[in-house]
Amino acid sequence: MAELKKAKKPPEAAGALPTVKKDEKIIEMVGVSKVFDDETVAVDNIDLYVRKGEFITFLGPSGCGKTTTLRMIAGFDIPTSGKILLGGRDITDLPPNKRPINTVFQRYALFPHYNIYDNIAFGLKLKKIPVTYVNDKGEQYTKMQKLTRREIDEKVKNALAVVDLEGFEKRSVSTLSGGQQQRVAIARAIVNEPEILLLDEPLGALDLKMRKEMQIELKEMHRKLGITFIYVTHDQEEALTMSDTVVVMKDGQIQQIGTPTSIYNEPANAFVADFIGDSNLFNGTMVGDRTVRFCNRNFKCLDDFEINEKVDVVVRPEDIRMKEAEDGMLKGEVVSVVFKGVHYEITVMVGKTEVVVQSTECRTVGETIGLDILPDGIHIMKKEFTVNKYDGYITKRNTAAFGDGEFACDVTQLYPGSHLDEEGYLITAEGEQIDLTDTDVTVEVGLQNIEITDNAEEGGAQGHIVSIIYKGDHYQVIVRTEENEEDFVLDTEYLWNENDYVGVKIAPEHIRLALKQETKQK
Amino acid sequence: MMKFRFSRKQLCIPYALFLILFVVIPMLMILFYAFTGETADGGISFTLANFADFFTSAAKLSTLLMSFTIAIISTAICLLIAYPLAYVLARSGWKKRSVLLMIFIMPMWINFVLRITALRELLDLIGLLGTENYLNTIIGMVYDFLPFMILPLYTTLEKLDTSYLEAASDLGANKLTVFTRVTFPLSMPGVISGITMVFMPSMTNYVVSDTLSNFNITILGKLIDQYFTTYDNWHMGSMISIILLVIIFLTLLATGGFKEDKDNARGANLW
Repeated sequence: MAELKKAKKPPEAAGALPTVKKDEKIIEMVGVSKVFDDETVAVDNIDLYVRKGEFITFLGPSGCGKTTTLRMIAGFDIPTSGKILLGGRDITDLPPNKRPINTVFQRYALFPHYNIYDNIAFGLKLKKIPVTYVNDKGEQYTKMQKLTRREIDEKVKNALAVVDLEGFEKRSVSTLSGGQQQRVAIARAIVNEPEILLLDEPLGALDLKMRKEMQIELKEMHRKLGITFIYVTHDQEEALTMSDTVVVMKDGQIQQIGTPTSIYNEPANAFVADFIGDSNLFNGTMVGDRTVRFCNRNFKCLDDFEINEKVDVVVRPEDIRMKEAEDGMLKGEVVSVVFKGVHYEITVMVGKTEVVVQSTECRTVGETIGLDILPDGIHIMKKEFTVNKYDGYITKRNTAAFGDGEFACDVTQLYPGSHLDEEGYLITAEGEQIDLTDTDVTVEVGLQNIEITDNAEEGGAQGHIVSIIYKGDHYQVIVRTEENEEDFVLDTEYLWNENDYVGVKIAPEHIRLALKQETKQK
Repeated sequence: MMKFRFSRKQLCIPYALFLILFVVIPMLMILFYAFTGETADGGISFTLANFADFFTSAAKLSTLLMSFTIAIISTAICLLIAYPLAYVLARSGWKKRSVLLMIFIMPMWINFVLRITALRELLDLIGLLGTENYLNTIIGMVYDFLPFMILPLYTTLEKLDTSYLEAASDLGANKLTVFTRVTFPLSMPGVISGITMVFMPSMTNYVVSDTLSNFNITILGKLIDQYFTTYDNWHMGSMISIILLVIIFLTLLATGGFKEDKDNARGANLW
């Protein structure tokens, strides 16, 4: 199941077309990095291979390095380090015109000074193919020769037929609609019969209906042509619909490689889970053998982690069952119901946590219902735990309330260049006066910045020590508050006793505040 | 009482007044002088004699030919110098390239007469003055009008979408082919704009030819000046101006300067 998959793991055996040998790699990227002149790292040491004939998609948010990866395969960008192999041959430094690879550009890049025919024939006119002749003595010899006018005509005509634009030869680029230009761009690439077709967000500029149509057509084209498609998109639905293999990227690194099904059902980490499809993401703690605690409840799960390990818990909205209020493992109040065509999207407040449920059954807002999650609907991922994160708010006294406590903090960090006036209002750099009371914030506190004290009332929050783990040169202690079971994870040199009731102290300068972002629009 | 309503159109009134006073009326006057002549009794009458005279006078036609030749050669040299420069400037990723561009554009900010006088001294120093009149004139024209060629070329090349070049290279074109099939054709608006900016003034800028050829070369602009000031024949002067105007108009038409297309929106045409 979803054990931690390191970023640099090769794809799982899946998605291969039946006609293709599984291990036939057409493109291999070995330790490839790309650092631009301004020192931004676009691609960070990725290892990846592409199987011959497959439809592979690089998926990720903008700036994740997917386009740069594609450009390195095309030859427009040369890797700063690492190697790119095409069928085993090193092509890292080969210029684009020497690669048997063609690209469909994001904004098509059709030549405006040529008509459709000349655009499509551009590559053909430059191409030289070996032709075998027999001389007077009966010996055979080969000559590299350009294609004849008739051959070019034929190929252009076929390519136009593939993209459904027969008779468009004489039209000029500017008279074509976006969708038609898109088709010409595809025709211009496939007419050269490349081994690999690269597509850089080719449907991004089209409207929704057109995009859906083109998705199906592209998939169909891939089936007919039998060549390798490498596709780049930020649209997760597009990636899941079209691909044999999906490569999820973030910050220049590969997060997961797998079939659409495996990526959806077994996301490797919280990022993938959040990016692919809708999901509920909970902070959880392992409390026993295959038992995880989140939303103040213990749940049986299928993943095995160390006891007391902090984990990310992902639950797909469709994996949550609605029950009668008293029958469920969780109880909460329905706060919104949205009809989505096939199902309802129901948001339930369980304590302070928002849980999104998808169901064909309807509920009414304000109703209290029970929720059940079966073990196979719970996906547990290792948390890269480096910092304590809380949702909190600013009080009247300009302190921060979080983790069942209240702490003195520096609120001016919320607005760069601001200061506080005598009455406690915040004056921004532009001179605007802001009352911060009840402002929602996210709070981050480093593990080493939390102190605990026996004198519980001295601390901003109080709780019991629930876990002490020896980490070689220090102990990692978890203090859990009583009211909402908020955890403070801290590193300390001193040995404490489990179940001690302690106060949590954090120096104001170590409380990092950020304004809470609007919830992400999907 | 009608209420006065301010509309955006009224912002054009100052310019319209200026246009009427200093462009339309003088143009009408030139037209009037060009097609009239003085009769024996000192009166004025309509005539086509000036027109006929221009195209039958070997001296005037040879001046026209001379102006043409000098202008064509100057323009060609400007293009040959400016294109590679603009290309390198526009396509290099160098951050300070605007500084370099400014160095080439800066001569435009120095008084034109001063520049030509300085050039004259320089040519004198190397011994060309007084011996190589044609060469000097062409050097002067190129020196003077080069920035007008560089700027439109630079703007066009700089705005050229690199994805076109990548697409060409992707489709199998080597660097030379990318240039001949894509870069150069797509930079044509800049080339045309540059040519018109250099060619037309080269036909008429007689300060350059006078100063650098010691008054040995007469170009069309000089001829017009002579008719107006030396010979006091405004009718012939006006006719030559009209003929020049028509030539310029035809050149523009031939190079597509009037074409109303999107290329102008790219900023290729500076005027």
